[in-house]
Amino acid sequence: MREWVRQTVEQFGRDRHQLLEILGHLQRGRSYLEKETLLAVAEELDLPAAEVYGTATFYSLYSTVPRGKHIIRVCENAPCHIDGAAAVLAAVQAYLGLQVNETTEDGRFTLETTSCLGICSAAPALMIDDDVHGNLTPESAVGILKNLA
Amino acid sequence: MSMHRSHILICSGSNCSHRQSRAVRSRLRQAITETGLEREFKVIETGCFGLCQQGPIMVIYPEGVHYCRVQADDIDEIVQTHLQKGRVVTRLLFKSGTEQSVELPKTAFYQKQKRVVLRNVGLIDPENIEESLARDGYQGLAKVLDTLSPEAVIAEVTNSGLQGRGGAGFPAGRKWEFTRKAPGDQKYVVCNADEGEPGTSKDRLILEGDPHTIIEGMAIAGYAVGATKGFIYIRGEYQLSLQRFRQAVAQAKEYGLLGQDILGSGFHFDIEVRSGAGAYVCGEETALLNSLEGKRGEPRYKPPFPANFGLWGKPTLINNVETLANIGPILIHGADWYRSIGSPECPGTKVFTLSGNIANRGLIEVPMGITLREIVEDIGGGIPNGRHFKMAQTGGTSGGCLAVQHLDLPVDIPHLAEVGSSLGSGALLVVDDSHCMVDLARVFLKFFAHESCGQCTPCREGTTLLKRLVDKIASGSGTAADIKAMRRLSTTMQMTSLCGLGQTVPTPVLTMLAYFNDEFMEHLDGGACATGVCRAAVKGVV
Amino acid sequence: MGQSMKSMQELEAIRERARKAMQVRQNQEGGPVISVAMGTCGIAKGARDVMMALVDEAAKRGLDSVVVTQSGCAGYCEHEPMIKVQLPHQDAVYYGSLDERKARDVVARHLVQGEIANDYVLQLPGGEPLA
Ligand SMILES: Cc1cc2nc3c(=O)[nH]c(=O)nc-3n(C[C@H](O)[C@H](O)[C@H](O)COP(=O)(O)O)c2cc1C
Ligand code: FES
Repeated sequence: MREWVRQTVEQFGRDRHQLLEILGHLQRGRSYLEKETLLAVAEELDLPAAEVYGTATFYSLYSTVPRGKHIIRVCENAPCHIDGAAAVLAAVQAYLGLQVNETTEDGRFTLETTSCLGICSAAPALMIDDDVHGNLTPESAVGILKNLA
Repeated sequence: MSMHRSHILICSGSNCSHRQSRAVRSRLRQAITETGLEREFKVIETGCFGLCQQGPIMVIYPEGVHYCRVQADDIDEIVQTHLQKGRVVTRLLFKSGTEQSVELPKTAFYQKQKRVVLRNVGLIDPENIEESLARDGYQGLAKVLDTLSPEAVIAEVTNSGLQGRGGAGFPAGRKWEFTRKAPGDQKYVVCNADEGEPGTSKDRLILEGDPHTIIEGMAIAGYAVGATKGFIYIRGEYQLSLQRFRQAVAQAKEYGLLGQDILGSGFHFDIEVRSGAGAYVCGEETALLNSLEGKRGEPRYKPPFPANFGLWGKPTLINNVETLANIGPILIHGADWYRSIGSPECPGTKVFTLSGNIANRGLIEVPMGITLREIVEDIGGGIPNGRHFKMAQTGGTSGGCLAVQHLDLPVDIPHLAEVGSSLGSGALLVVDDSHCMVDLARVFLKFFAHESCGQCTPCREGTTLLKRLVDKIASGSGTAADIKAMRRLSTTMQMTSLCGLGQTVPTPVLTMLAYFNDEFMEHLDGGACATGVCRAAVKGVV
Repeated sequence: MGQSMKSMQELEAIRERARKAMQVRQNQEGGPVISVAMGTCGIAKGARDVMMALVDEAAKRGLDSVVVTQSGCAGYCEHEPMIKVQLPHQDAVYYGSLDERKARDVVARHLVQGEIANDYVLQLPGGEPLA
């Protein structure tokens, strides 16, 4: 792990201003940033651990707690809201048996809400990992989840 | 170079990516190969056509036939009927109400539009710099480097009357001048592509559909203000934009349009692409600078302004994506040409994202000063499902909520300010009469309470308190005193919040209380929600 | 492919080349149009080869503004492959029973020199030219 952090830091440069890119890179392909990872980054960049931790927790795309294999983010802003986002969210919750910000026991899914995904013209929308899906109905949203590996 | 008889354009913006457009594209390529038509037909993936509701959209040139809502299953018919026999597949043509059209540009949706910023979007392959060059990409930069001094460039931008398109509407030329005059050897140009305003996706459309116009705008800005280095901060959720932009920067470097001694002029300019990480407040310019420095994205106190004290304390010019997309055309065609578009107080065009209860949802570009009615009824195709217009919110969630009496209002910066709203980022949310304003206020305030960065007290506490007050009103237990408290709190936040986030939260609240006062009153003292929305929603949440 | 440009002239040259490659997509209202009848019978008799010959010949001769498009079967099956040449402000001319060589000839004579290639003009049963 240490070596991997060092390589990443070297790839982006030992600069404070690369911190977000470094954190983003380290989190890619995994669900969260472990404490050890953050401590290693702090050491590599010669920053106080609190700085690194404080930065990581500020941004919603980073997580410092374990999450599921798939992160499902349901948009709940106004354009999606008036097109039935609440019903979509309720259907997803019922299917997964989760409240918002919870993870299934088998570690496959984490449910979050998000602000606008920028595809309001195809509202309501949700994002699974990096993929955005729009024009949802409660049924189609659950259908998409069923097709996930 | 091989010449193809026909070009088939198919949109590949992220709006369509989600609608199986990937499957459509691969099926098309496959079918063309199977029928041995590769020599005749060239398939090009373009940015979004703006009419996302009808997507994926396919255009076949030279005939210019537009097909809408194309699915993978339709491909065989298109290939057999159109590509092989030259007959139009009428079933897939654009339809809106009674209107049916072979060419989208001839529909009402396009006729009232004026495309400056989106001139190439949906027409070119954004991953091929030569298609941008063919459509006058980098011509503005070439002209500037060849014939104009930095001062002359700034004068042209100032005379054009271009105002910032990121929300605040500050005159672009003046900002450039401040940055040029600020003392310092090292200066920066930053493009704000954090686009987080709910209901807005215009910047993404430009980034995905015509990234080179932004590179050109940034390079011209760099030349004008005296910067050799630019950063673009793209919202982390916009994966396709990030990928396309990185590719565009690499191509521009390869062609010598970025880097050292551009076009033999002695001017150097480079761009670094950075990804955001999910924080609305990072769209605020000083928060964005902190984030670029690798810190928490908390806004800074202003003054000093970024023009004097920006990235790492150096003079920095920050402009929005759409602002920069106007720069190339302004320098090619001149300030007078630009002023001939739009209204006298507010020249140019504006890109709007139409969302909500409107027939044609999607992205449009119109001259400033067009009326709200023309946007909603003529371009937007009116309110669907036999419902009636109730409210239009301009400027996104931080913009004002307008009512029926505002339909004939010219839409531009000064006219919207007069009625307490703002143009903002150009979101336009249309809401029909089945929705309740109190319920919507809850949605807005939930957003702000979540996105407030918590640094200053008026915004941190104010958003939460406002949210509690509307929740109470929605539940039926509110009183007249609660409405008064909302007004007072809003005024306090406007005056004392540190950044634009807290300062603009009151915009939707106060306009709602002004134009939909009766509806709030109805909810008080155990009163019912006329649309029945609140009752259901409150039960569901509590 | 990419080349690092070092002057305004190089930029202009690339721009010119790129424009040509995109010509098909410009709205050439009012420019010359050749449409090839692409019914089943036309295709069976070689309409596709005729069309490619037209495209190729027009490109070779630098006729950038010529649009080559296709139409459905015109119903004169025995005269396929047939094409219609429409020059701005002139009556359309129909040619029939073409092959690749004749198609190239039509481009050379009708589009370049502006003379109707009478020997290929489609004759209706009464001997009248189709118009
Ligand atoms: C909370 C908040 C969010 C903002 N978000 C954005 C944004 O996403 N994109 C943007 O260009 N400007 C945004 N702005 C406005 C910027 O602070 C700034 O005014 C703008 O980037 C300047 O560019 P312009 O003059 O070209 O408009 C935001 C402002 C605030 C207060
Ligand atoms: S509001 Fe949901 S995608 Fe924009």
